[in-house]
Amino acid sequence: MRTLDELIAQAPVFAGLDADALTLIAGCAKNVGFEEQELLFRDGEPADTFYVVRRGRVALELHTPERGGLVIETIERDDVVGWSWLFEPYRWHFDARAATPVRAIAIDGACLRGKCEDDKELGYELMKRFGHVMIDRLQHARVRLLDVYGVGVG
Amino acid sequence: MTPVPYRVVSRRPETADTWTLELEPLDESIRPRAGQFDMLHAFGIGEVPISTSGDHEGDGPLTHTVRAVGAVTRALCALEPGAVVGVRGPFGTEWPLAEAVGGDLVVVAGGIGLAPLRPAIRHALGRRDDYGAVSVLVGARTPEDLLFVEELERWRARLDVEVDVTVDAAAVGWHGRVGLVTTLIPGAVFDPASAAALVCGPEVMMTFVVRSLVDRGMPLERIWISMERNMRCAVGHCGHCQLGPTLICRDGAVFPAAAMTRLMEVREL
Amino acid sequence: MAELRTADADTHVMGPDGLSTLVETLRREGYRVVGPTVRDGAIVLDEIESADELPHGWTAHSEAATYRVERRADDAVFGWAVGPHSWKQELFPSRVRLWRAAQPTGGPPAIDEESPPERPLALLGARSCDLHAIAIQDRVFLEGRYVERDYALRREGAFVVAVNCGEPGGTCFCTSMGTGPRAESGFDLALTELMDGGHRFLVEAGSDRGRLVLAALPIREATSDDREAALGITDAAAERMGRQLETAGLPELLAANLDHPRFAEVAERCLTCGNCTLVCPTCFCSSVDDVNDLADGSSERWRSWDSCFSTEHSYIHGGSVRRSPRARYRQWLTHKFGTWFDQFGTSGCVGCGRCITWCPVAIDVTEELAAIRATDGEVDRAHAG
Repeated sequence: MRTLDELIAQAPVFAGLDADALTLIAGCAKNVGFEEQELLFRDGEPADTFYVVRRGRVALELHTPERGGLVIETIERDDVVGWSWLFEPYRWHFDARAATPVRAIAIDGACLRGKCEDDKELGYELMKRFGHVMIDRLQHARVRLLDVYGVGVG
Repeated sequence: MTPVPYRVVSRRPETADTWTLELEPLDESIRPRAGQFDMLHAFGIGEVPISTSGDHEGDGPLTHTVRAVGAVTRALCALEPGAVVGVRGPFGTEWPLAEAVGGDLVVVAGGIGLAPLRPAIRHALGRRDDYGAVSVLVGARTPEDLLFVEELERWRARLDVEVDVTVDAAAVGWHGRVGLVTTLIPGAVFDPASAAALVCGPEVMMTFVVRSLVDRGMPLERIWISMERNMRCAVGHCGHCQLGPTLICRDGAVFPAAAMTRLMEVREL
Repeated sequence: MAELRTADADTHVMGPDGLSTLVETLRREGYRVVGPTVRDGAIVLDEIESADELPHGWTAHSEAATYRVERRADDAVFGWAVGPHSWKQELFPSRVRLWRAAQPTGGPPAIDEESPPERPLALLGARSCDLHAIAIQDRVFLEGRYVERDYALRREGAFVVAVNCGEPGGTCFCTSMGTGPRAESGFDLALTELMDGGHRFLVEAGSDRGRLVLAALPIREATSDDREAALGITDAAAERMGRQLETAGLPELLAANLDHPRFAEVAERCLTCGNCTLVCPTCFCSSVDDVNDLADGSSERWRSWDSCFSTEHSYIHGGSVRRSPRARYRQWLTHKFGTWFDQFGTSGCVGCGRCITWCPVAIDVTEELAAIRATDGEVDRAHAG
């Protein structure tokens, strides 16, 4: 049985952080599980918790009156679900749903934010790491905007 | 070089705009190998280059998967069994199935790009002991745009091949992945030092896939891509399919990525 | 002084009336004789029935975007260099039917390939640059894995009468390209027109077929003075090229300068009209189209010249790869002087200067290449990939 510190250290977003930082983060974290179809969070709700997926697949969904629910991205093992907890107004912009049974580490964003305010060095480090996650997702979204598999590209 | 007549024996819908045609020769037969293409001729309308999507070897029907995007491809996709088409071929280079023997095999397909790769995948699965780990990574626009769904399911059911599919967008209820095809690469099981990668899809997709494979430690020399340009004559005479120093129809369409990456970076080349 | 390549025994002299005998002999042998003739203010190539149709006493003035035929003070027949036409028109016609497919009821289409031309060609008056251009098209159409049937049928058996150049045009640069002005091979007969000491032609045979025709001409044996005079003609021509081009390392230079700012500058002037590709004796791009007869279901396949200056040339589903004039000009220039070597093992340019003469805005390949060489390595940040 691995400790929460060890599980957290395994996630790329936290990889290489020193033991003190991992312990600090673990202090805001807990293990959670979701049934298939269960919501991790919902569009418009306060963004106070984010997740690192350990097993299973989380679907990020947007709902529109005309087209119904659309899955815009799925998140797999070791990847992060949610960054709205880092930025005002701390509100989710989409639904996150367990597409399969999911095991994840839930991290209390408000708790971690407080710790980042106290320890600016840790705060900057985490900001860089989440910045990386965000830029990756943004790049992927931009490439998908090209609709490369469609007809009439370019 | 004039087309030889083939009769349509079956026409199977793959997606809303893509059909697989099986053709039998009326006399002379053409046997394209994995990665090669034929010119399919709809009499009175025109001719288009289409990669083989059938078996790499053997005496099965000539098989082509065609996406109806222009006048000729629409005419081909509308052909009923019994209709006659003209075929010239086979043309172009093959997927390096022999060179890949002994190492892991990573196949990355985007959209219709799965069709030219299917003969290579079938070949590797038919001679499974020749290769190490085999991964098939597929990207499509939506779940409805996925080709060869039943065959993908059969491959997925095997324990000796990893099949991973992702789409750009899906309706709620899709249990698979949604995201760029490159997101499948970091998690795919292969040894970057010994693996061979076969990549086919839109050029921009191949650019990103090649970068991701290189990021995983693969040398460019072990990555092969299938290029698309305006192939009209297929015999190196008409000049349309030039890409810098190459004539795609003659020197490709399958190229080592090392020969292409510099050219792909030059805009409007 | 250039070395004599042809054995002295094969070198003869004939008077100007010998051209009439030459045309008659070739026609009698069954050839369709195509040669230069003055029409519509230009020296063009067309079928001729007699030597009278040749441009006796005409010359042409060529400069960038300028071409003008003028009367000469003498009766020289070949006292000019090249006109708007090249032999490509004959060997690789601008539009030909390749085959017809009849559609019998219930049966497969029966494809009927176009018959060979009834009469073989005799090219009268091909310049050394033209012979090199033909050799380049031979490489493209005959010497690869696949043979272009229509070209092969026209090329096979074509009788070539070369004419050594004495009066290069203002846009000529064959000496830079190593393609002239003296024809060294690839002909059945070669003529050098001599005016000093009496209007006459030095005639050399370059093949057995040439020797047979030569035997029918009103000839005398050439003296060493005749031979010296003929060499003097081409030597003098070599000194009077209208243009020069430094060719060393051109493929590498171009490959390294695909994003050179010069391409955007020349594109400001380029009309992408494709004139340069039409007059170029080596440009070989073509497209095919299928024509359908609704009445009987038969179809025909036609081949026509195409040009890399059209956006359709690079069309792949969804759009064209080379949309900007900059990209299309770059394709043409880098192909001709660079990637042609990769594709076919030769230069694609023979230095005939037609593309300079017939460019409506006077774009000059020698000037463009010199400019790129002078600023090798400059990068156009606005367009670079």
